[in-house]
Amino acid sequence: MVLQAIAFWMLALTTVFAALAVISARNPVHSVLFLITAFFSAAGLFVLLGAEFLAMILVVVYVGAVAVLFLFVVMMLDVDFVALRQGFARYLPIGGIVAAVLTVEMALVAASVVSGGATALSNGPQYHRGGGASVTNAEAIGRVLYTDYIYLFQAAGFVLLVAMIGAIVLTLKHREGVKRQDVGAQVGRTPAKGMRLVDIKSGTGIDP
Amino acid sequence: MTIGLLHYLAVAAVLFTIGVLGIFVNRKNVIVILMSIELILLAVNINLVSFSVFLHDVVGQIFALFVLTVAAAEAAVGLAILVTFFRNRGDIAVDDASVMRG
Repeated sequence: MVLQAIAFWMLALTTVFAALAVISARNPVHSVLFLITAFFSAAGLFVLLGAEFLAMILVVVYVGAVAVLFLFVVMMLDVDFVALRQGFARYLPIGGIVAAVLTVEMALVAASVVSGGATALSNGPQYHRGGGASVTNAEAIGRVLYTDYIYLFQAAGFVLLVAMIGAIVLTLKHREGVKRQDVGAQVGRTPAKGMRLVDIKSGTGIDP
Repeated sequence: MTIGLLHYLAVAAVLFTIGVLGIFVNRKNVIVILMSIELILLAVNINLVSFSVFLHDVVGQIFALFVLTVAAAEAAVGLAILVTFFRNRGDIAVDDASVMRG
């Protein structure tokens, strides 16, 4: 249990200090890197709590999608552009720190899980609904999510669809004067419309 | 020394406070404001999951899943608005964004 306490304090302090660094860093790229650290540490806290499914979702959704989206936008807008152009080596120390912290955290959480004391409770989380102690965390969530909360689940999917369409509509730009392929016109083209027969008298040209 | 519910709630409370603080100290940088909102939602998720585990009710984790969904949608739409804003104005300073006289 002492290993679990060490893991908790390390993850909690990393989360808090990374969050402080997010709001105090001068460079937005550093902010995003510290945001990744904070989310990763929070995912470690979820593993310690016994909520493995949400921990993995946090890593996939936040670190894999949202943080990369942030990084993409930060790099695309010319915030501090002169500093951004100075190349890869400038971000190597801070990136190395982030990577080292994440590695240590993963090792610590893995050691806690292997030594049998991953959760904060004595014999793992047990839920009233979703099958009790015999099922895994993901199975317990699935048993409740796909039955009692199926309509909310569908609504969440609809929220994501609306967000996707909204983001596309907001960022879509119609440029004038760009040659595009018009599939309808191509399919609707017939031999009669695509060909013109002209009788040419000898010695004259064709009207343009 | 055992780690209890209060430890997790303390982490969540500190994280929430840092997020709110970040909105106020980074008034000009809208990207950091969006990141602060993500931190706040993360704090809410930690609260939900720790209560879910310690009260033996899996529904808290399901609600955290929905919070995660909404946070992802919010980040996508917010960053899309940011890109459009940047395209129209040439910078992302939000403190002088008073085109609508708000």
